[in-house]
Order: sequence, then structure tokens, then C-alpha cells
Amino acid sequence: MTNSIGEIEFNDCLFVIGSNAPEAHPVIGSKMKRAKRRGAKLIVVDPRRTELAEMADLWLRITPGTDAALVNGMIHAIITNGWEDREFIETRCEGYEDMWKVVQNYPPSRAAEITGIPEELIVQAAEIYAKTKKAGIYYTLGITEHTTGTANVMNLANLAMVTGHLGFESTGVNPLRGQNNVQGACDMGALPNVFPGYQSVGDPKNIEKFEKAWGVTLNRQMGLRIPEMLDMALYGKLKAMYVMGEDPVLTDPDANHVKKSLESLEFLVVQDLFLSETAKYADVFLPAACYAEKDGTFTNTERRVQRVRKAVEPPGEARVDWEIICDIARRMGYEMNYCCSEEIFNEMRSLTPSYAGITYARIDKVGIQWPCPAEDHPGTKFLHQGTFPRGKGLMQGIEYEPPAELTNEEYPILMTTGRMLYHYNIATRHSANLDGLRPHELAQLNPADAAAIGVEEGGEIRVTSRRGSIVTKVTVTDKVPPGVMFMTFHYKESPVNELTNSAYDPISKTAEYKVSAVRIEKVS
Amino acid sequence: MVNLTIDGRPVSVPEGTTVLEAARQIGIDIPNLCYDPRLTTAGACRMCVVSIEGFRNLATSCTTKVAEGMVVHTETPEVVEARKMILDLILANHPQDCLTCEKTGNCQLQDYCYRYGVKETSFIGEKRQLPKDTGNHLIERDFNKCILCGKCVRVCAEIQGTNAVDFVGRGFNAVVDTAFNENLNLDNCRFCGQCIEMCPTGALTNKQFKGTRPWQVEKVRTTCPFCGTGCNFDLNVRDGKIVGVTTGNPDGVVNGRALCVKGRFHTDMIYSPDRITTPLIKKDGEFVPATWDEALDLVVSKFKEIKERDGSDAIAALSSARCTNEDNYVMQKFMRAVIGTNSVDHCART
Repeated sequence: MTNSIGEIEFNDCLFVIGSNAPEAHPVIGSKMKRAKRRGAKLIVVDPRRTELAEMADLWLRITPGTDAALVNGMIHAIITNGWEDREFIETRCEGYEDMWKVVQNYPPSRAAEITGIPEELIVQAAEIYAKTKKAGIYYTLGITEHTTGTANVMNLANLAMVTGHLGFESTGVNPLRGQNNVQGACDMGALPNVFPGYQSVGDPKNIEKFEKAWGVTLNRQMGLRIPEMLDMALYGKLKAMYVMGEDPVLTDPDANHVKKSLESLEFLVVQDLFLSETAKYADVFLPAACYAEKDGTFTNTERRVQRVRKAVEPPGEARVDWEIICDIARRMGYEMNYCCSEEIFNEMRSLTPSYAGITYARIDKVGIQWPCPAEDHPGTKFLHQGTFPRGKGLMQGIEYEPPAELTNEEYPILMTTGRMLYHYNIATRHSANLDGLRPHELAQLNPADAAAIGVEEGGEIRVTSRRGSIVTKVTVTDKVPPGVMFMTFHYKESPVNELTNSAYDPISKTAEYKVSAVRIEKVS
Repeated sequence: MVNLTIDGRPVSVPEGTTVLEAARQIGIDIPNLCYDPRLTTAGACRMCVVSIEGFRNLATSCTTKVAEGMVVHTETPEVVEARKMILDLILANHPQDCLTCEKTGNCQLQDYCYRYGVKETSFIGEKRQLPKDTGNHLIERDFNKCILCGKCVRVCAEIQGTNAVDFVGRGFNAVVDTAFNENLNLDNCRFCGQCIEMCPTGALTNKQFKGTRPWQVEKVRTTCPFCGTGCNFDLNVRDGKIVGVTTGNPDGVVNGRALCVKGRFHTDMIYSPDRITTPLIKKDGEFVPATWDEALDLVVSKFKEIKERDGSDAIAALSSARCTNEDNYVMQKFMRAVIGTNSVDHCART
């Protein structure tokens, strides 16, 4: 997030696109509702009639995968009506002309044709967003889990830059990040192209810095990203994997491909709390401690580094993740010894400028938001005040490109996926408290589509894509439009990722979880 | 700033502050049952009455704004008498089963009765005899213990934004209930449990805490392990085991005292019988328990063998967006410095 969670309820306009916050980020969703009650204008872009869509001033029911056309249409309306922030564009941005070369071809009428949203709603949304000073964009995986995910995010940045909605309180471009510590895992350099703090592995200065700190010679070659790992395993180039706290068989797209890749490995180590679907393919399973059994820190979606504290002992012989890794390192002949999580944190911050000023003592009560370069620095509530990291904000024209997979006669239903309130990814199935609320999948199906195959509320259907076929219970509801169905990915009994498409965004390698073509049949 | 005197002590507060808030700022504890700093004020319970010089009647301090030169007395005999009468009237329609009530030790009504020496009610009459809502496995509602303070109604409307419950009926028949008086269910409630922590009596109970007295637990503040919001909460630990979750940090910058159903009720998964508690090695297609030495020596010999035979880039790791920063730092350092590859990634994209 460029801005902070605490600023949400003081927005005067919230432009929420591809985010079902009341279910996926419930406390943030409640703050959005508070803003709305305070009088903020709420614009929701979602193919589904979600809780936020129901209370929105404007609900733009978009055809999944057409976000670029909508945003272009809005920018077009803003510029042709003179609602843009000329001063911001001229003093803080570059690339305006190039951006306009693309966007000029997307008048709202064309955007309406592509997105299925009425033209006047597109213009109204553009006017409200552009003319409201404290207007923030909030997005989640509905924007990024497409083959055009990176482009979609750049386009939202265009929208914010054209209107000058950046670098102030209650504005910005705000991704609500999925996992508790996905921000932190990225910050820590658990990525194949960067060291901690996004320091490129391609920069000799960084290599030198980390070689000195760690006392080794480092590999200059960029590493593999997850989809590439799976492909390389299948080609026999990747021989071993060490998987900590992830279950790609359930959560990565095209599960059958994932399974084949894991089967191709010579050696697989899985370190987790439970024998996950992925662990079933492992040669060795290492039992790990959960968050309540260890000390450390998580970094949330607003870049706030907060304490995690050990409350109880791990069960049986389970051990803390970093202790297990250090033990393996020592057995391989590299001394990795830490007395405690704080010592690791201190080593990390000595090498990570954006975390340099954060200490356990400083975040004992209240977390600090990075960048925090020095111990007397208060942290950073919102980014891009006065300037961008690269100097001027770069606008880039984004063409609309359709999703990788389209519906046809054989696969006539567009399936989109996401989370629901009562579960979190896959582990909450192990909580009887939470699983008791929703013990099985309830795919959302429009009444017209349900009637066409003769299925009723609570009935079972078989859903088949080009990649797999699964069975699920359904709820019949007009929360989804005709021709669109929705499923979550929480249930191993109806593993939706056997159906999803592993077509990836070329830059981020994020898969198009949000659009798959399927056909449905009633299970008798 | 407005200057006033409370119990003989001068205090200076911004205009618009209530007398109750001004008193809190200088550490004077005015009793209240329906007030919460995060909610709109209701002035419903009358426990916060104080004597203000020049006022004809006692004033509810939660709704009275400060004025220049105001002189406030919070514990005069007249005030104490009024509070005793309020407690007496509440007890007239409240079960006196404190000995076995789940709320004992954490009950504001009990605390105030103790503070003012109210042992029993002097009004004998009909009491509510309503059945409990035991229709779900997370939250129990006992309508007979509700004192109609309305905090659950306001937290649901104002913080959570769900409006699951509201006042229903009039006079003696008034209760806080859902639409159509249904039990709490997935259609009317999001099970965030914020109402439970607001409740000043035993009307709302988190079933995870049944059988545990508040003084038996230690609270450990930590950060929620689910979505990226990063809510803070307290793990309640009794005899080395987590009982459940409370939120005790009203000033918490991320969530205050708000939580969702997952943060509130997930802790039983820590004790799931599915947890694996010993290393496992696969032999002939089946996992068999192993010692740490056996498991790690096997991992090390295979990693070494593959590294020597096929090179460092033949090994890759998935780190975890669910683990701590420290776990992730150590994992990427291990892969880069020990295995010798940059092939470390995690589900940042899902």
C-alpha cells in the first residue's frame, strides 16, 4: 500500500477494484464501510454482487479480465472532460503523451462494449474519483491474477497519477496483500532476483556487500520463479526442492501439472505444520512450529513491521523453521548460529536500508512502517510525498488484451476464484471452529445457469475445464451474473486449482486464477 | 482548551470533550456500563452520573460536554446513592448466579456491585426467563443476563458494519436480538465476536473460554497469522495451552479491538490432531517416523549429492508468506550462501 490502513476511513472516495475486502480482509472491509457511512463515495468494480458492491454508490459489474479497458475508459473521460490534475502530471510525471496515444483509442463507449459496464457509469465513476481530493484506489488479486496483471497495476497507477491522487493522506494505489507476511517475505528477499530490501542480485555492488556479510562467493545467475521451478522439474533440470510452509498442489494453478512436476523431482523436502497435499509427494517431512510457538516479526500490507510472540511450546518434536534451516546449514558445513529471532532481525536490518532503523525495542508496542532508514526515523505512513523513487512517475499506455482463455461452445461458463470469510487459504480447514461454519465448497451459480442443467440450491455439479474435472456443491444466487461462476480454493475435496489456467503474466509470473473457461453438469 | 475541576483537580481538555473523558485523562475512573471510547455515546445505563455544581440534577458524564469553569464531583454521597439504585434496579431483572457464571471476574456489573456494596436487589418481581441461543458452536447468548446497554448493537453497526442485532420489543420485553428473532447464523452474523468483548455482563460468551476463569490466563500479544491486514490480538494461555483470543489494545493502530471470525476463533487448529509432531522419512512409499538426526542427515546428504553432481541451480526452495521475516531471511540466506543458488521464491503472486 502506498498509504495506511488507518487512513481508509477518512477517504472521501474509495475506488475498490477486484477486492472483496469484507471477506478477504475483513477488518479493512469494515473500515471501508465506516468511510461509506461517514459519507465517502464508494465505487466498486466487481463481477460479483459482493457485500461492498451492495452498498456502493456505483457498482460497476465488469466482465472478468477486462479491467484495462475500464481504466482506460475512465482516464479518457477524465482527460476529455478536463478533470485531470495538470500540475501533478507536468511536475511529477513523464510519459503522458505516450500514455495518451493508447488511451485515446478507448472512449467510454468502447470501454463499455468491452467491459459490459454501461458507458454513463464509467463516466460517473471517473468524475467522482477525479474530482474528489481524498480518493484512494484499493485493489487485490482481482487485478493481478490475470495474464495482464502487471499491466493492470500500471494502469491503476496511470489513473492515480493523471488525477494527482498520490503522495497525500487517504489517497494512493493500495494493494491489499493476501497473506499475513507476503509483504515481509518479499522484503526479506525470498525472491529469485533480489536480496533483502529489493537489492538486485544483478548488481555487483550488492553481490559484494552480501558476499562480505555472509563470507561466501555468491551465484550471479538470477534464480527460478515458482512456475519456472515446476517446468524445470518436469524437464529434469531441477532435481530437488525444499518447500517451507506452502502447499502448491492446492494453491498453484493447474494442479495436475504441479503434481507431475513434484513427481519428477529426485528429492523433495516439505517443512510444515500438517501433512499437506504437497507433503504427500515429499521424501522427508520436517514438522514446524506455528506462529504461536515462536518469536519474530510479520510485515503487513501497509509495510508495518509487527511483533510475533511465542505463547506456547511447539508440540512434540516440532521445531521453529529458522532453527531447522540453520541446523541443515551447519550440517552442510556453514556456520549459521543465532541465539534468537532478534539476532536474525538485527543481521537483516544491517543489510537492508529500508529496515535499518527498526528494532525489536522500538516495535514492542506499536509496529513501524518501512522505509525506516535510521533509529531516529519515525517510519513512513504514506509513500511518494513530493517525489517517486525513480524521480518522475512513469505513465505507460496499457492496451486491453483479453484473458488467455475465453469461453466457447464446449466450455461456456467463465469461472473465477477467490477467498471467503470463514476460511483462509488451506490451513483453516484444520480448525473445527472455522470449518464448522463452512465445511464444504459452495460454488456460486446464477439461477439461469442452474436451471439450464437442472441443479438446485445445495445440489452437486461436475465442473470441467481443459485441465481437470471436479465435483462441488452449489449455491444458486444472482450474486454472480449469468455465464459466470465463482469458487474458492479452500477445499481439497473440490480442488479448484485442478481447473484453473496456468497462463502467466509475462512479468510477474502470476497465473490467471480469475478466468478459466469451464462446463458444468449436474451430478445425479 | 477548556478548563474545569474534577474532584478538586484542575484539568484542561479540548472543547467538545465529555466530562467522562476529561476525568479519564487524569485517571479518575467514573463507572459506566454502556460507554466505549470507540462507539457513539448512548447515555443508557446512567451509571456514569456525576454531580456538577450549578446543575439541578445529576448529569450523565458520558454525554455532558465540558464547559469553562465547570466544577465536577464524581463520588458524592448523592452520586453513590444514585449508582446503588441503578445497580439495584439492574439486579431486579438479572440472574444472581455469579458463582457459576462464565463472566465472573471479568464482569463490570459484578465489579460495580462489589465497589458499591450492592449484594442483592430490593425489588422482588418477575424476571425474564428466556431460552439461551446455543444454536452455534462459537458464541452463546443468554438474554436473561443482558442489561440492554446496547454496546453489542453499536459495535456491530459502527465498527463491524453488519447490523446483526438491534433492540427488539419494549419495556420489560425488550431484548437485543437478530431480525425475526433468529439464532445467530451465517445469514445474519459474521461471527467476528466483537460483541462478546463489548458485553459488560455474561450475556455473550465466547464458548472457547467456557470453564476458564479470567485470572487463570496469561495474555501474550502477537500478530494475526492470516490475511495481510496484520491485526494485533492477545493469545490467552492457561497452563501452557492457548484457550482463545482477546483484543486488549484499544489504541492498536491497525485494528484497535476489531477482529474477524478467523482471528477470533482459529486457535483450535494449533491443537489439531492432524499436526505432525515428529520428522518423517518416506520408505517404500509410506512415511515412517524418524529422529531429527536421521531426517536432517538424509536431507544434507541428498542436497550435497545433487549439488556436486548437477550444480547448485538443480536445487530450489519455496519460502513462505506465512512464516516470519526471520524464517524468510534465514531461508533465502541458506539457499544463496549454502546451496549457492538464487532459486528461492514464495507465493507472492497468489
